[in-house]
Amino acid sequence: MDVLNALVLFLNFVMIPATAYGAQLALGALGVTLIYAVLRFSNFAHGDMMAFGTMLVVLVTWGLQSLGVSLGPLPTALLALPIGILGTIVLALVTDASVYRFYRSKRSEPVIFVIASVGVMFVYNALTRFVIGTDDQRFEDGARFVVKVGDFRKWSGLDEGLAIRTSQLITVVVMILTVAFVFWFLQKTRTGKAMRAYSDNEDLALLSGISPERVVRITWILAAALAVIAGTLYGLDKSFRPFTYFQLLLPIFAAAIVGGIGHPLGAVAGGFVVAYSEVMVTYAYKGVLTYLLPEAWRPEGLVQMLGTDYKFAVSFIILVVVLLIRPTGIFRGRTI
Amino acid sequence: MTGRVASLYAVMTALIVGVGLLQGWVVALSILQLCLISAIMALGANMQWGYAGLFNAGIMGFAALGGVAVVLVSMPPVPGALGAGGWNLGLSALAIVLTLAAALFARERVAGYWRAPVMLAVIAIGYFVMRTFLDPASAAIEAIDPAAAGYLGGLGLPVVISWAVGGLFAAGAAYIVGKVSLGLRSDYLAIATLGIAEIILAVLKNENWLTRGVKNVTGLPRPIPDERTLQAAPWVQDLAVRFGSDVQTAAAIVARLAYSALFAIVLVAIFWLAERALRSPWGRMMRAIRDNRDAAEAMGKNVTRRHLQIFVLGSAVVGIAGAMLVTLDGQFTPSSYNPLRYTFLIWVMVIVGGSGNNWGSVLGGFLIWYVWVMAEPFGSWAMATATTGMTPGSFWQQKLLAAAPHIRLLLMGLILLTVLRFAPQGLIPERTARR
Amino acid sequence: MTFLTADAMTGGYGAADILHACTLAVDRGEIAVIVGPNGAGKSTAMKAVFGMLPLRAGHVSLDGTNITTLSPQERVRAGMGFVPQVRNVFVSMSVEENLEMGAFIRDDDFHDTMEQVFSLFPILRQKRRQPAGELSGGQRQQVAVGRALMTKPSLLMLDEPTAGVSPIVMDELFDKILEVAATGIAILMVEQNARQALAIADRGYVLVQGRNRFTDTGEALLADPEVRRTFLGG
Repeated sequence: MDVLNALVLFLNFVMIPATAYGAQLALGALGVTLIYAVLRFSNFAHGDMMAFGTMLVVLVTWGLQSLGVSLGPLPTALLALPIGILGTIVLALVTDASVYRFYRSKRSEPVIFVIASVGVMFVYNALTRFVIGTDDQRFEDGARFVVKVGDFRKWSGLDEGLAIRTSQLITVVVMILTVAFVFWFLQKTRTGKAMRAYSDNEDLALLSGISPERVVRITWILAAALAVIAGTLYGLDKSFRPFTYFQLLLPIFAAAIVGGIGHPLGAVAGGFVVAYSEVMVTYAYKGVLTYLLPEAWRPEGLVQMLGTDYKFAVSFIILVVVLLIRPTGIFRGRTI
Repeated sequence: MTGRVASLYAVMTALIVGVGLLQGWVVALSILQLCLISAIMALGANMQWGYAGLFNAGIMGFAALGGVAVVLVSMPPVPGALGAGGWNLGLSALAIVLTLAAALFARERVAGYWRAPVMLAVIAIGYFVMRTFLDPASAAIEAIDPAAAGYLGGLGLPVVISWAVGGLFAAGAAYIVGKVSLGLRSDYLAIATLGIAEIILAVLKNENWLTRGVKNVTGLPRPIPDERTLQAAPWVQDLAVRFGSDVQTAAAIVARLAYSALFAIVLVAIFWLAERALRSPWGRMMRAIRDNRDAAEAMGKNVTRRHLQIFVLGSAVVGIAGAMLVTLDGQFTPSSYNPLRYTFLIWVMVIVGGSGNNWGSVLGGFLIWYVWVMAEPFGSWAMATATTGMTPGSFWQQKLLAAAPHIRLLLMGLILLTVLRFAPQGLIPERTARR
Repeated sequence: MTFLTADAMTGGYGAADILHACTLAVDRGEIAVIVGPNGAGKSTAMKAVFGMLPLRAGHVSLDGTNITTLSPQERVRAGMGFVPQVRNVFVSMSVEENLEMGAFIRDDDFHDTMEQVFSLFPILRQKRRQPAGELSGGQRQQVAVGRALMTKPSLLMLDEPTAGVSPIVMDELFDKILEVAATGIAILMVEQNARQALAIADRGYVLVQGRNRFTDTGEALLADPEVRRTFLGG
C-alpha cells in the first residue's frame, strides 16, 4: 500500500506535470529546430513569437467568451487557436520578408541572423506589451479536471490523490497530433521532403529546382504554428505572462541542442529530457521517501536536489553536459 | 580622431547640454552618469563582438556579478554571522574544491566511455556533501537579525575596490562558460551565456545568506560624501550662493559631477587599455582570427584560447561597469535585472556605435542610453498628444496611455534592425588596417 | 550545329577571366570529355555551360535555342542535368527520396523514370530505403547520376564522376555512362582520369589555362603523341 501511495504521489507531482511541460517544450523546440535546419540560425525571438501568438489566442478567447461561445468541458482557447496561428503566421512572414530575407540574399553569417532576431525580439515584445500589458492573464475555462483528487481517492482507497487537469490532457493530445502531423508532413509530402532536402544540401536543392523562398515560407508557417500551439498550451496549463515566455527560450534551446539541433525527432525527445530533469531535480522527495523507507530512515529535510527557483539551472546544466560530452546531441544534429 | 567622430561626439554633447538647459542640470548629469557606465559596458561587449565576433547573450549576469562584489567588499560584516555559519561555509567551500579536484582527477585517469559518467557521479556526490554543510550554514546565517541583516555582510573595505573585484568575479564566471562553449558553433556561446546569466540571477535572488536575495541590500557605502553631507558643507553653500541656486540643487550637482568624474576616469583608463591592446600585435592577431579564422588556425594560432582570453577580458569590463552601477544606485536589488535592459540594450549600443571600434562603442553607449531614457517621456507625450481628442477614460485612451512605456522597446528593436541592415558598420565604422 | 554548343565562352568570377574563348560541343548520344592539367578551368567551363559563371562573351545554345541568359534552374527545366563533384546527394535522405527530389520540377508521374534509373543501377533498387549518406562512394555517385537523370535531361553534365573511387568502380561507372549515352542523351564530363575517359569519348577537349588546346575525337587525342607526352604522361 505504501509503495502504491508513493507511486501515486510521484505520478501526481512529477510525472504528470513533467509530461505536460515536456510536451510544451517539445513543440517549442521543434519550431526552433526547424528554423535552425532551414535558415541556420538560433531564433532568439521564438519565445516572444510564442507570447505574441498566445496573446492573440487570449484575446480571441475573451471575445468568444463574451459572445457566450464555449466548447463545453473543453477550453474555448482551442477554438481561438486557429485564429492565433493565422495571425502569427502573418507576423512571421512579414518579419521574414522585411528582416531575414535581406540577410539571406547576402548570405550573411549565422550570428548576424541571431542579432537580427534580437531586434525582432524587441519589436515582438513591444507589440505584445502594447496590446495586453505585462501582467498575468488567465484564459482557461471549461472543466478544470479530468480526474479529481477526491474521486481518485474514493476509487482507489489510497491516502494520496491523483489529479489530471483538462489542460494537461489536452496538452498531451494536441502535442501528439501536432508532432504526428509535422512528421507526416516532413516524411511523406513533396513539400516536406523539399524542406528536408534544402536543409540537407542547399546547393543541390537549388539544382533540383526547389525554390528556397518557398521552403523558407513553409518553415516559418510551421514554426509560427508550433510556437502558438506551444504557447497556448503552456498558458492554459500555467498562465500567460509575456516575460515567462522569454524565459522559456532557455529550456527550449536546451531541448533542441540536447536532441541535436536541426533534428526534429531530437527536439521532441529533448523537450521531454529537459522537462523530466527539471521537475525531478526540483521536486522534494520527502513525501515519497516517507512512504518507502522504514520509520527510522525517514528524512527530516525536504530531500530536494535544487530549489524550484533554480529550475533554469537544470536546463543549463543539461546544456553544459551535452556540450561537453556530445555537442551534436542525442540524434546527431548539424554541428556547423 | 577624424572629423566624423568629432562631429558625432559634438552632437552627443549638445544633446546632453540640451537636456541641461531645458530640464535642468541635475537631470542632465544623471543621464551622463549612466551614459558613462553604459559606455563601459558597451566597450566590454565590443571587445567580445568587435574584436573576436563572439555573441555574449549574458551581459546581464556578468553585470550582476559585478554588483554583488560591491556588497561583499564594501558592506560592513554582520556581527556573529561568520561565527554562526563560518565553519560550515568553509567546509562547503572545501567540498567544492575537493569535488572539482576529484572530477579533474577522474578526467585524467578514467578513459573512454566511462569518463563522463564517472565525472558526473563525482560531481553529484560532491554536490550533496556541499549541501550538507551549506544548508545549516545558510539557515544559521539567515537567522541573524533577518529584518536588517540575515546575511554575511561584506569586508567593510572602500567601495572603489569592489569595482576591481566585480571585474574579477565576472572574469571567473566567463572563464567557466567560455571553457565549455567556446570552440563550438557560435550560437552555442550565445545560448550558454543566456543560461549562465539566468543562473547567476537565480543564485543572487535565492541565496539569502550571501546577498539577502530579494530583500535587497540597501545603504551601500558611497565613494563620495552623500548629498546631505554635501548640503551641510560650507563650500557647497558658497557655490549655491554664487550660482544663485538652492543648496539641494547645488549638492545634487556636485555629487553627480563627482560620480561622473570617477566614472569618466575608469572609462578613459579602460578605453586607453583597449585601444592599446587593439593596436598591439595581440590586437592585430585577434582581428586576423576574426576575419579569417581558418587562415589563423593554419598559421598555428590557437583560436579557442584567444577567444577565451578576449571573452574573459570583455566580461571583466562588464563586471566592473556592473559594480559601478550598483555603487551609483547605493543598493543591490537582484530583481531589477532584466535581460532586455542589461543584455540586449547593450547589444544595441555596440551595433549602433560601430562594432570593432571603441570610439563607436562609447558613442553607442551614450546615444542609446540617452534615447532609452528620453523615449519614455517622449512616449508619454506622444500618447498624450494622440489621445487629446478622445474621451478621457475611454477604452482606447486608457490603452494608448498604458502602452507609452513600451514604446522604447519598439524603438530599440527598430533602431537595431535599421542600423544592422542599412549601416551594418554602425555610426563610426571600424578603421580598416592601413597598409 | 551540334545539340549543345558552347561557343567562345569568356568570363570569370572577379576581374580576371578564367575562360578565354573556350568552345565545347556535344551531340545527342555522344560523350564529350574535358581533360587538362589542374587549374586549367575544366570545372569552370562546365559551370559556364550550366550558367553558374557570368560570361562576358560567347554564347551557349541547346537544341538550337540560345540559353546564354538562363539561370541554372531554368537550364534544368530546359533539359540539362548537372552532377556536381562533391556534396552531390542528400545524405540524410533515402535513395528513393533522392531520386524523388531529382524529379522535383516534374509535375507528371515519374515512376517509370525511377524504374529506368533502378534498372540502370540495380544496386540502388536494393538500397532504395537506405539514407544515401550510408552508401559507399561508388554507390553514392550512382545516386547522384540517378538524381540528375530523374528530370529526363537531354544533356547530362558530370563533374569528375570518378573522383575518389577505386579503379574497379571507375570502370563500372564509365560503363554506366556509356549506357546512358546509348539512350540518346548527350554527355559532357570533366575527368581527372584522362586516359580511361578519352577511351570512351566521342569528343575530347584538352583545356589549358582556360583555352582550348587540343580538340578531336577521344581516340585521336589518345593517339596524338604530343597530347600523350604533355598530358597523359607518355
